Amino acid sequence: MTTHYLVLSALLFAIGGVGVLVRRNAIVVFMCVELMLNACNLAFVTFARQNGNLDGQIIAFFVMIVAAAEVVIGLAIIVTIFRTRRSASVDDASLLKY
Amino acid sequence: MEPAEIIQHSGGVIGASWLMIALPLLGAAVLLLGGRKTDKFGHLLGVAMAVASFVVAALAFIQLLGFAPGERRRGVELYDLIPGIAKVGLLVDPLSISFCLLITFVGSLIHIYSIGYMAHDPARRRFFAYLNLFVAAMLVLVLADNYLGLYVGWEGVGLASYLLIGFWQHKPTAATAAKKAFIVNRVGDFGLSIGIFTIFATFHSLSYQGVAEGMAKGGSIPATAIGLLLLLGACGKSAQLPLQSWLLDAMEGPTPVSALIHAATMVTAGVYLVVRSGPIFQATDTAQLVVTIVGVATLLAGAIIGTAKDDIKKALAGSTMSQIGYMMLAAGIGPAGYAFAIAHLITHGFFKADMFLGAGSVMHGMNDEVNMRKYGGLRKVMPITFVTFFIGYLAIIGFPLLSGYFTKDGIIETAMEHNAILGWLAVLGAGITGFYMSRLVFMTFFGKKRWEADAHPHESPAVMTWPLIILSIGAIVLGAFLILGNRFMLFLSPAVGRPEELPSFHPFSTTGLATLALVAVGVVFAWYRYGSAEVPGVAPRGSFLTAFARRDLYGDALNEALLMRPGQWLTRLAVYFDNRGVDGLVNSLAALIGGSSGRLRRIQTGYVRSYALSIFVGAAVLVGAWFVVGNL
Repeated sequence: MTTHYLVLSALLFAIGGVGVLVRRNAIVVFMCVELMLNACNLAFVTFARQNGNLDGQIIAFFVMIVAAAEVVIGLAIIVTIFRTRRSASVDDASLLKY
Repeated sequence: MEPAEIIQHSGGVIGASWLMIALPLLGAAVLLLGGRKTDKFGHLLGVAMAVASFVVAALAFIQLLGFAPGERRRGVELYDLIPGIAKVGLLVDPLSISFCLLITFVGSLIHIYSIGYMAHDPARRRFFAYLNLFVAAMLVLVLADNYLGLYVGWEGVGLASYLLIGFWQHKPTAATAAKKAFIVNRVGDFGLSIGIFTIFATFHSLSYQGVAEGMAKGGSIPATAIGLLLLLGACGKSAQLPLQSWLLDAMEGPTPVSALIHAATMVTAGVYLVVRSGPIFQATDTAQLVVTIVGVATLLAGAIIGTAKDDIKKALAGSTMSQIGYMMLAAGIGPAGYAFAIAHLITHGFFKADMFLGAGSVMHGMNDEVNMRKYGGLRKVMPITFVTFFIGYLAIIGFPLLSGYFTKDGIIETAMEHNAILGWLAVLGAGITGFYMSRLVFMTFFGKKRWEADAHPHESPAVMTWPLIILSIGAIVLGAFLILGNRFMLFLSPAVGRPEELPSFHPFSTTGLATLALVAVGVVFAWYRYGSAEVPGVAPRGSFLTAFARRDLYGDALNEALLMRPGQWLTRLAVYFDNRGVDGLVNSLAALIGGSSGRLRRIQTGYVRSYALSIFVGAAVLVGAWFVVGNL
């Protein structure tokens, strides 16, 4: 029964991972990261139900809180970069290197 | 006769004999710490401290004479430094008090002389501070009742000597000479310190008393080793072969320094060490033989160097080496020679200081010219300097009835009885002394004027001539006073022992007549070459023997070839190894790390997605590894 949920979680995670690797637009990359986080949440909740306790659900809440904070800072950075460079491509923002 | 026991003493002047050291030390401290504020009275304070020290020494001497001869070794305990091992104490006995009187008396006269000699030197106060420091250190050396105290004084006089040779440190030659003296003395001090370590390891005591008791007890004692190590120290301080090379260069210092330190007192410390260590040396024929051989070799070497020098001070320095060679020879013979060694040391202190100060007086009048070929005919313009110098000259060549006649003759007679070869070599040395000292006197005071155009020689002021007069009186009477009736040997015997049979003075012995004849030949030859004949203004090339003597018997060349060059090779090798070996290793390691990190940092491309890829790959590898390990 829970296998389906876990497969769904793995699919969502894989879609998110591929998105992070292949997309250039920072917003899309960001959304893919969120997708991966939520895939994890789904897996946590599934395990919580399977084990009959609340541990996984509590962790899922923590993940949501961290994700919310991350969204605030991440979006702010992306917006600032866009304002200065007129581009949201992650490949353009490559000055911080060797 | 064995030396007497040391009696612990307190009270009286002897109990306060530490004042002898403390007063000049205080003078040095005030003058060095007081700075320019003491410029006005610095020289007077220096003289006052030296004279005060002499007064203490004289009073202690008088108190010492009040005791019976067997009770004249008085130990004065000052401080227990390391309980059971090392005490700070003074030993006032006939030997040390003889030195104290010589050091403080001649020292005071030279202090007074320096007032005039250094009158125009801006650093006169510093000069007197160093002189005071020297007197204090020298008194520590001779008054200490143990080898540790002797060593402290030994290093103290070395320091004072260094400071005073390099007193005009703006002259590169003076600075180099000071360093040379210090470094050559290091070699000797190395021997002395190892010798003292060996003494402590053997006797578990550093005091002269403890050593004498240990020697009397017997057992397995490395006396020869200790003796030779102490001799090495003595050779360094007393400019004996093979450590003689520094003394001639030391003449770069002001002339009063040459008179006080490098003629009358410090350079005789080696003789003091050998005589004071008598109990050790008397137990080893080998070490005693080496001492006498060193003495004879140096007395000849110094005399030969003296014959070829045109620099008046260097000629006198060669003569000093030679005379100390005589003392070493006598000191190596044992109790029969000790009294003559110390007696010659005292009379030499007087007549050589007299001549050095006379040379200083000549230089003072001749715009500091030292080349005797630029002198000539000075006896008329400097009558007092000439007469006093001439007395010193007669004393050193052993003219009958003057000081050197008695003391040097005593040494030669004793050496002749001890070993005929050494004796005849000493006679030969006396003949050469007659030649080189006459050469010096004829070139300086006789013959035609060969002065530089701007030289206006004049007699020195009274503050410089009175010390000369007093010293020359000593040069006349001291020898007869000390030697006739064996007065000095009897006085000294409680401290160093004496032979059972007292020597008697024969004025017309074969040896004495032979010596006089050889000296006369030397004087006549010198008159023929330098008195009656014209002295060329530029030194003639001369034979290879002349060159040999002029170059200090190739002593410096030998040191350079044997020690300096190999030393330089060694340092160059070490530098090469450091540059190529040590630095090479460290540098290549650094280059390896630098180069590889330079390549590694290329990974940091700045592309977020490639970072993300590496994270994914890493995570995949970890998960894969977990699967593999988990399924094992």
